[in-house]
Amino acid sequence: MATTFAHRVCPDTGLKVCRHAEALIKANAVVAIVFLAIGGLFGLLVALTRWPAVHILPADLFYLALTAHGADILIFWIIFFEIAILYFASAVLLNCRLATPRFGWLGFWLMLVGALMANVAVLQGESSVMFTSYVPMQAAPHFYLGLILFAVGALIAVFVFFGTLVVAQHEKTYEGSIPLVTFGAVAAAIIAVYTIASGAIILIPTFLWSIGLIGDIDTLTYRLVWWGLGHSSQQINVAAHVAVWYAIAALTIGSKPLSEKVSRGAFLLYIAFLPIASAHHLLTDPGISSEFKVFNTSYAIYLAVLASMIHGMSVPGAIEAAQRRNGFTRGVFGWLRNAPWGNPAFSGMFLSVVMFGFVGGISGVVLGTEQLNLLMHNTLYVTGHFHGTVAAGTTLAFMAITYLVVPLIFRRELILKGWCKWQPYLFGLGAFGISMLMMGAGTLGVSRRHWDMTFSDATLSFDYPPAAFLMMGLNGVFAVLATIGGIMFIVVVVGSVLVGKPRDEETAKTAPIIFQGGGATISGHGGEATLKLPGTVTLVTVFFISFVLYYFVNWKFLSEVWPLS
Amino acid sequence: MAEPNNTQQHDDSEAGDDERIPPMQAIIDNPFLLLFIGVAVPAVFYTIWGIMEIAAIPIAK
Repeated sequence: MATTFAHRVCPDTGLKVCRHAEALIKANAVVAIVFLAIGGLFGLLVALTRWPAVHILPADLFYLALTAHGADILIFWIIFFEIAILYFASAVLLNCRLATPRFGWLGFWLMLVGALMANVAVLQGESSVMFTSYVPMQAAPHFYLGLILFAVGALIAVFVFFGTLVVAQHEKTYEGSIPLVTFGAVAAAIIAVYTIASGAIILIPTFLWSIGLIGDIDTLTYRLVWWGLGHSSQQINVAAHVAVWYAIAALTIGSKPLSEKVSRGAFLLYIAFLPIASAHHLLTDPGISSEFKVFNTSYAIYLAVLASMIHGMSVPGAIEAAQRRNGFTRGVFGWLRNAPWGNPAFSGMFLSVVMFGFVGGISGVVLGTEQLNLLMHNTLYVTGHFHGTVAAGTTLAFMAITYLVVPLIFRRELILKGWCKWQPYLFGLGAFGISMLMMGAGTLGVSRRHWDMTFSDATLSFDYPPAAFLMMGLNGVFAVLATIGGIMFIVVVVGSVLVGKPRDEETAKTAPIIFQGGGATISGHGGEATLKLPGTVTLVTVFFISFVLYYFVNWKFLSEVWPLS
Repeated sequence: MAEPNNTQQHDDSEAGDDERIPPMQAIIDNPFLLLFIGVAVPAVFYTIWGIMEIAAIPIAK
């Protein structure tokens, strides 16, 4: 039995939008984008310092910028935005009220205070411990306290999400199972609980150590538990951005998953197995057995990899099926040629799918193989890999859905339509470039965290191959491109929210931004129920060939490290 | 292969509420059971197993 609550009916989607959820979505999305801007600026400074010919920052400021970039992008930007997604996927898609909005605001303020506190600590210069903050390096106490407050706030927000699921179930605001996009958000929320719990387990004692109440933190235990936070937080992204892919495909071209059951099964594999990928950061740590390493990074994680491959086929497959249903049936790739490439929500989503799979996905499997990991552990390859997942995959997907959030939730028309159209391509190209070039430099051995790849102040000189210097120069160029794309995004979003034309019911009718029936598709059930997808089969075949070739090329590299004959 | 669409789902639920829900469906429809699975699996295979490995390292003399 549905109860009445303060809401509006979205003229574009027909969905009920709970006013409390709407306000919290706006607040979390706005703060997320502010941290994206701050973190992106620090990222540019890092890339310009790694550009050998520019080398803009001295060592102390480089490590300060690297710490701020890591925390602002890998934690604050993505988790604020993911909380906005959780509120949208629960209250809005389930047509119900948000549970305990006051707790939602409590969570929001704790997250904001915590994020600001951590940033202040970093900017004061006494907490340049980088995102990983490995002990025995010690940051200022308020750095750890800020992270703890942020984690507590995020945990509260996640339980407001679970509470909203309970409200919707009790008030019977939906039929059958929750929609697939909401199920994807459930997967993200569950991974978030494990992530935040891991953070609490290790950061609370580390905070006590920083104020002198605990004498020592075991470095190996710290690394083990911290990566339950550090890497699993990026697995929240994976579940969340896959849910975003399905949402954008439904809203822009009316697509349904190929098989809802199979896609749900893939999310279930994420829930059970994705967080254990944290172990690949420990593959060279002494004292931990190969059984632990191989089980967690190979055998069991392949179930999560399987899930990503299912989504990687299901999303383009669903797009192809919908496009063919919409009349674009010509040839193998007519559906792709006639896709709405001028719609930044669609283009950003599709680029995110392709780059997450080809760049972030394949390199992740290679890095997660114990033997191959030895080739590039702690090199810039790792940094390249997670720019393929977090920048090209998650950030681009979140940017893409923001182009729908502004008109649908903020009720504002987008300004600078030409910028909107090109922004995903520019940012996507920049993110692709920095990912590939850092992976290339990492393959040549360039260290992940070192300020100066020339080792100019080292007692014993060492030279990386000239190709590595070229790659880091090009990395700087692509970082500038990505920054321009990022600035365009910020200008468009902030400008649209502040001075964009209000979007009313008339505009929703005369200038629709949602595919007809898209609102019902995203909140409903059903699949495309076809496997006649020659274009997707071709794309997936190309992916598998690339995957296999790249995987075995790395085994070939490994065999050359220690020649036995 | 065909998935039920919205209309079919309404028809099914109207046909009888006592229709048996498949076990896998029951698991997937219970977010708190999923929460338990999602926390227990990595806690056992990653965190606890890892800490046991570290705890078993002999202390240097």
